[in-house]
This record gives sequence, C-alpha cells and structure tokens, in this order.
Amino acid sequence: MNNSRHSLSAKTNFRRVWETIVFSALWFCAVVSILTTGAIIFVLVTESIIGFGDNLAFFQKVSVWNFLTDLEWSPQYGEGKFGILPLFVGTLWVTGIAALIGLPIGLASAIYLSEYATPTTRSIVKPVLEILAGIPTVVYGYFALIFITPLLIKPFGAMLGIDVNTFNALSGGIVVGIMIIPMVTSLSEDVLRAVPRGLREAGYALGSTRLDVSVKIVLPAALSGILASFLLAISRALGETMAVTIAVGIQPQITMNPFQTMCTMTANIVSMASGDSSTGSIEYRSIYAVALSLFLITLALNILSQFILNRYREVYH
Amino acid sequence: MSDNATYQHRLRRRHMASRIFAGICLLSTWFGLFVLVVLLTGLTLKATGIWDPTGPDTQLETRNWLTMTFLTEHMSRKPEQSGMIAGVWGSLWLMLMTGFFSIPIGVGAAVYLEEYSKPNRFTRFIRLNIANLAGVPSIVFGILGLTVFSRMFGLFADGAVRGIPLGIGVLYIPLPFGKTLLSGSLTLSLLILPIVIIASQEALRSVPQSIRHAALALGATKWQTIWHQVLPASLPGIMTGVILALSRAIGETAPLIVIGAATYIRFNPGGMERVTDYFTTPQTLLSVPSSQFTAMPLQIYEWVSHQPNPEFKNVAAAAIVVLLAILLLMNGLAVYIRHHFSKRLDW
Repeated sequence: MNNSRHSLSAKTNFRRVWETIVFSALWFCAVVSILTTGAIIFVLVTESIIGFGDNLAFFQKVSVWNFLTDLEWSPQYGEGKFGILPLFVGTLWVTGIAALIGLPIGLASAIYLSEYATPTTRSIVKPVLEILAGIPTVVYGYFALIFITPLLIKPFGAMLGIDVNTFNALSGGIVVGIMIIPMVTSLSEDVLRAVPRGLREAGYALGSTRLDVSVKIVLPAALSGILASFLLAISRALGETMAVTIAVGIQPQITMNPFQTMCTMTANIVSMASGDSSTGSIEYRSIYAVALSLFLITLALNILSQFILNRYREVYH
Repeated sequence: MSDNATYQHRLRRRHMASRIFAGICLLSTWFGLFVLVVLLTGLTLKATGIWDPTGPDTQLETRNWLTMTFLTEHMSRKPEQSGMIAGVWGSLWLMLMTGFFSIPIGVGAAVYLEEYSKPNRFTRFIRLNIANLAGVPSIVFGILGLTVFSRMFGLFADGAVRGIPLGIGVLYIPLPFGKTLLSGSLTLSLLILPIVIIASQEALRSVPQSIRHAALALGATKWQTIWHQVLPASLPGIMTGVILALSRAIGETAPLIVIGAATYIRFNPGGMERVTDYFTTPQTLLSVPSSQFTAMPLQIYEWVSHQPNPEFKNVAAAAIVVLLAILLLMNGLAVYIRHHFSKRLDW
C-alpha cells in the first residue's frame, strides 16, 4: 500500500520534471527564430559597419557617402568603385515593371474570386495559383530568357525600332510580376472576403451594380489589407534573385532603357559570391553592404505593411 | 429626351461598365492558368525536342533530351552526355536533412506559441519576428549561411575536423562546415522555418479546445495532452505545411550559390554512385553530411547561364521538367493529405 503510493509520487515527480524539460525545449525552439534574426543582423553589421580587430568592415574602407552617391559599381578595376546606385536602378526597374503587371492583375483576380466566382471556379483557380507560387524562381528566369525575350520582347523592340539585349530588365520584370500575382491574389482575396455581406447587400439595395459594389464599397473597406499585400509583394519582388540574375544579367549600369541589360542588388550578390574574389577582400565584403541595404529596405516595407494592417484595419462586428 | 429615357440610357451604361469590369477580372484570373499552361507546354516541347518554340536552330540536331540516361548520368561538358543524377541525389539529401533540422524546431516553436505562451510582450515579439523573418529575401539567408555555417566567421582557419563515433562508423564534421550538405541544409532550414511555424500554428489552432479540455479533465498533463491528442489531430495540417515548405526548399537556388555549393560536380553525396551502395556500405552514409553537393536548381542555373553551347539550354529544359514533375508530385501529395484527412476528421 505504502509502496504503491511511493511509486505513484515518484511517477508524478518524474512527470513534473519531464514537463519542465519539454517546456524548456519548446521555448528554445521558439527562440531560434529570434536567434536567426539576431544572427542576420550581427553578420550584416559586423561585416559591413563595425569590423573586429584587423578585420576592417566594408564601410571602414569605403565611405557611406561614396557608397550611396557614386554612379559606378566596378569593384574589380583599379581602386574599385562601389556606388550602389546602378544596382538600385536595376532593382527599381525590375520591381517597377513587376508591380505594374503583378499588382493590378493580382488585385483584379482577387476581386473576381471574392465577388464573382462560383465555388467550382475557386476550386480550380486556387490550386493553379498555389502551383504558380511554388514554381522555383530559376524556372521563371529560364522562361524569361528563353521564351519571353525572343518571342515577345525582341519583336516588340523591333516594332519600336529599339535594340533589345538578350538580357534585359523588361523580361525580368515581367516574370517577377507573374511571380507576385499569386501572393497579391491570395492576400487580397482574404481581406476582400472579410468584408461583411451586409455592406454589399446595402449597396445592392440602393441599386448599385456589381462594379459599384466592388469598387465603391468592398475595395475601400478592404483598402488597408490590400495596401499591405501590395507592400509585401513589392518587398518580395525586391528580394527576388535567380529570375533576375538569369534574365536581366549582371552588368551594373544606370540606364533609362528597359531593353538593356542591368544588374539588381540581388543578382550582384550572386555574381560576387560565385566569383573568385578572396574572402578577406573588399569586393567580397561589398556583398554584405549590398545585402544590408536590401535587408533594411525589405524590412522597412514589411514593418510598414504590418503597421498599416494594425493601424487602419476596419473592424466589423 | 424624357427623364425616363435618360435613366434607361444611364442604366444600360452602368450595366455595360459592370460587365466590362467583370470581364477584366475574369481575364486576370485566367491569366495565371494561361501562363502556367504556356510555361509547362513550352518547356516540355523544348525538352523532348518535339518543337522548339524559340525557332529551330538549323545547326543543332533535334533530339529528345528527356531520356533515362539523362536521369542516371553525371554532368558533362558534352550536352548529349549530360545527366542530372548528382543533382537528384543532392536535392533528395538536402530535403531529408532540411526536414530533419526544421521540422522539430518549427513544430516545437508552433506548439510553444499556440499551447504554452502567455499573451505578453515576449510572445508578441516572437510572433512579429517570425512574420518579419518570412519576408527576408532568401539571398540574405544565403549570406547568413555563408558566414555562420560555411565559413564560421573564419574562426577555424586550419580546417579542423571533429569525428563523432556512432554505431556504424564515425561521423566526420568539418569545421567550418564549408560547402557541404550540412551548411546547405542548415541554411535552408532557417529559410523555411517561418513557413513551417506558421503552417503548424494554423494546424494546431484548428484543433478544438474541447479535445484539450477532455484530456486535461481525465488527469493528463499538459504535454501528455499535446503529445497524445493535439499533435495527432493536427498532424495532417502540419504535414501539408511541411511538404509545401520542403518543396519550397528544393526549388531554392540563390542561398545555395551564396554558401558556395557546386554547380558543376560529377559525384553523388558521399560518393554513393549506386542505390545498392546504401546497403552494401552503410557506413559511408555518415560521410554524406560533410560531402560537397549540387542540387537540381543549381544544375539548371549552370546549364542555362554558364554553358555557352546553346544545346545546354535544351538540357536545362529537360532538367526543369524533372524538377517541376517532382514539385507537382509533392504539391499533389500535400493536397491529397489535406483533402483526405480533412474529410475524416470532422469535429
């Protein structure tokens, strides 16, 4: 009798200890994500802003002013020029074209799915969008270089009488635009569907057409969520790497001609990292400075999108 | 014109505008499907040599690139002798090891957030952090992997090797990890961690509270409730999320290039050239994590961007068809699991 009670309490004690162990392990798992963010910031900052010992960081050799204002990115020649502007212009071109294509199409199909589509249509379109979202970016790069440039852009350029480079910002922008469509559609559709039915029915009762209801009632009600999804999609387009490396090329230049080859910030990181610059060299360090810029821009966009969502969300009861 | 006629006219115009708008939205919706069909057929036609949509190159012979030998051979400087076996094994190992690292940590973090965490500042911070981490470009993860795993901040300049004795042999871990499968899979694990966490959280949230209350009322401890009731019930959702996250991982290219993974390599991970090697010499399995590797998307990048011979563009198309087939299979599996189990588990 006494014995069994003893073993029961031993079991309970063991369980209590086990619960604590499990709790600590799970807590640690959750903290891994914070450690990851911390590690990203640590790595980017120590390699580009404050170096340790005789390991000089990038900005201790190249001034921030030169980095931001120099009009040339040519690390290999002579002293090396590290102006991020050409890379930024390339990124801006690709992101701009992608936004022009991806945002309206994504939003229009979100409106269709939430306001017009029958359940059958939705059950076909949703998986298609999921598959589109799951296609690797290297495949989109191939598609742009092998199909879009020769079949679409070269004839178009010939029509306008413009020389089209095999690598051009337009083809990269188009495929990145296609890539962000699923993201815009699914995020926007969620917020459109969250708008209560009553608002729509009130609109119809007043004699509105479907266009009126969609554009004048549902869209304004879901505006904050749509803006947030736009910002997330743009941040995704900024960080897109392989498609633009393959399709846009790796030649940094400031140009206003989207039929020309350029180099985005991401493509520059790929080309520098796969090149043969030695690990301690300043060219090698430059990828951290570019990555830091990219990280800060995308982080700002993500935080802004969350801020818009939290601050301006219409709450319906 | 009478008031009524004006009204009728305007009404017709408004309805017309509404219909045009609906048409535009419909077109936008099918645009995605259109692109998908064009992409898949164009690639398949090019890979099988049936028709080259980019116009026939008279200097090249037309042939089917998607053959059995393409799946079983190594890469080569000659396009007709090229194969993607090293990439297939590399991607497979990469996926297994990435799952090994990311599933326990991701699901663990989700369990902590959904079942244990209190609604305080720390929890809010973790959630915000995970949301932001999901938006960090993959190439930044590549730079993290390069510095932390592949080079380890240059702390181990001499290339030290640690041996960990296991039952069947010694597991050698090079320090720093270098351009190995270990570096690659750890980097990809961190990359997909937010996706795994968010998907698992949703799966856990869909388990009704009554299940937890019932288990707790019967005297189960918190962890017993989670381990025996909540996790099994949310398993289909977690598995779907994990499969989708892993399919994202095997399509990733940029982080692997940045950590220095090979794009051109002529051996399989651990030097296992035949499937039978896995049974005849199982101890060499331990050399897989410290082995150099390539992956399917890296090979595609090599063929499309680094090989001047235009026939390699067709080789790349064949490799893309293989990669997409594997990804579609994984997607299908995820959809099947979601469908099959969501019917059975009807609360």
